[in-house]
Amino acid sequence: MPPLTTSDRQALGNPRSTASPLPVSVTDRVQWIGALDPQLRNFDIILRTANGTSYNAYAVRGSNGVAVIDTVKQEFTEAFLARLEAAAGYDEITTLVLNHLEPDHTGAVPELLERAPHVEICVSPRGVQVLRALLKDRFDEYSVRVVRTGDTISLGDRTLRFLTTPYVHWPDTQCTYLEEQDLLFTCDLFGCHFCDERLFNDQVGDFRFSFEYYFEHIMRPFKRYVIEALDLIEPLDIAMIAPSHGPILRSHPREYITHYRRLVKKRLASEVGEQKSLLIFYVSAYGATAQMAYAVYAGAAENAGVRVSLFDLQVGEVTPFVDLIEEADGLAFGTPTINGDAVKTVWDLLAGLVDIDTKGKLGAAFGSYGWTGEAVAMVEARMQGLKMRVPEKGLKIKLHPTEEELECCRDFGRRLAAQLTGTAEPREIDFADLT
Amino acid sequence: MAHAKLTFADVSLTVNVPSGTRIIEISEKVGAGITYGCREGECGTCLTRIEDGAENLSEPSVLEQRVLKENLAGRNDRLACQCQVLSGEIRVRPA
Repeated sequence: MPPLTTSDRQALGNPRSTASPLPVSVTDRVQWIGALDPQLRNFDIILRTANGTSYNAYAVRGSNGVAVIDTVKQEFTEAFLARLEAAAGYDEITTLVLNHLEPDHTGAVPELLERAPHVEICVSPRGVQVLRALLKDRFDEYSVRVVRTGDTISLGDRTLRFLTTPYVHWPDTQCTYLEEQDLLFTCDLFGCHFCDERLFNDQVGDFRFSFEYYFEHIMRPFKRYVIEALDLIEPLDIAMIAPSHGPILRSHPREYITHYRRLVKKRLASEVGEQKSLLIFYVSAYGATAQMAYAVYAGAAENAGVRVSLFDLQVGEVTPFVDLIEEADGLAFGTPTINGDAVKTVWDLLAGLVDIDTKGKLGAAFGSYGWTGEAVAMVEARMQGLKMRVPEKGLKIKLHPTEEELECCRDFGRRLAAQLTGTAEPREIDFADLT
Repeated sequence: MAHAKLTFADVSLTVNVPSGTRIIEISEKVGAGITYGCREGECGTCLTRIEDGAENLSEPSVLEQRVLKENLAGRNDRLACQCQVLSGEIRVRPA
């Protein structure tokens, strides 16, 4: 099959397979004006999309105006505008709500603003800076309204109420609630990459895998913020959830909210209790780094406030370790330096941590080396990149540790435990001591 | 040269720094959990809670004020890439 051209894909963006894309009624006042992308096989590089995706946008009609909720990816602008024009005249549009400003939802904004420059653009407080970058030197030409939780926009007999729900999954994300119809526009929240022209969850194919896969890769790193968003959403009467990707959830919408609540909960019932959890992972070529790991373990385990676990990373699977790390308070990685680098198994696990929230966890690194020992600093830098705190300078030992050096390892473990329990001795240094 | 004491609460460490030092110049070197994105005062990633000594920091610029507002920052929050330590004692942690 030859590669699809842009016009092929735009034609496929029409769920009715007619020459002129038409909107689809969601309620008597809401129309779907998005686009379908059934040939997409990879989204944002990180997500596989086995049957494509959709870019859902909506038009909401009130007695005194029409609101457009989000737009589509730039290459589907034509289909989006065709559906919009069939739903409303440009002079009727009073409001453009941008619940999230990632390019797959704002690709048609410039063309829409060319045709309807008078609209008031509603974005969250954090959305302003992205909108400024999107519109560049034309930003000041438009009317921009910053909206927060509880703010409303009247369309006459229809009212839009905003919920500021940051980090689900960008800083700018928000939801918009159509009060009179109990309809919640959630953008990426409750979305999934699943393309089906039947649009509604009670009509499309089985999208359960796509729904959970999307959560795992898009929402899971932001669980703490998903919980805050759910706290805002759960008290609402919900007749329908209209996300910006995948099926519109008009059948049993509350079940999807409940399911999100399940997904953000801890996976394993932890037995650690009030103790702090420290996980030590190591890889060892000749046993030297393993010796260090056991000594770090022994030192940390002396602290009754810390529960320490030790794993040989060489024979472990990444995914369950990621699950463990998600709930741990501290991580220590032991890696030798081979060819001037940390070993691949360590990098594989560190790369897997992109799917979880590691902000504020304690991080530490140690390892044996033959010539240079760069691996420890490399792993520390990666942990800092993961927003972890790395208060104890990494421990490097040339070849096998002596008994004296093993005591240094035990002391390293003791200091990690003290950092975890908040009992570390306060230290004071001079600026000149920093290297 | 005037000095100040800058304490990073999340790593229990105080650094004696010359007046005029930005927090960004220190925090990464000591392994504090303050993280950075653009490093130019635009993204708000380095939002930092000033637990004590806010009066000993430089006044926020117009740019920093705008970014703090757009990021819904609290009254005691500053951008670590922007604010300078001037004198006295300051205690910070990641916001």
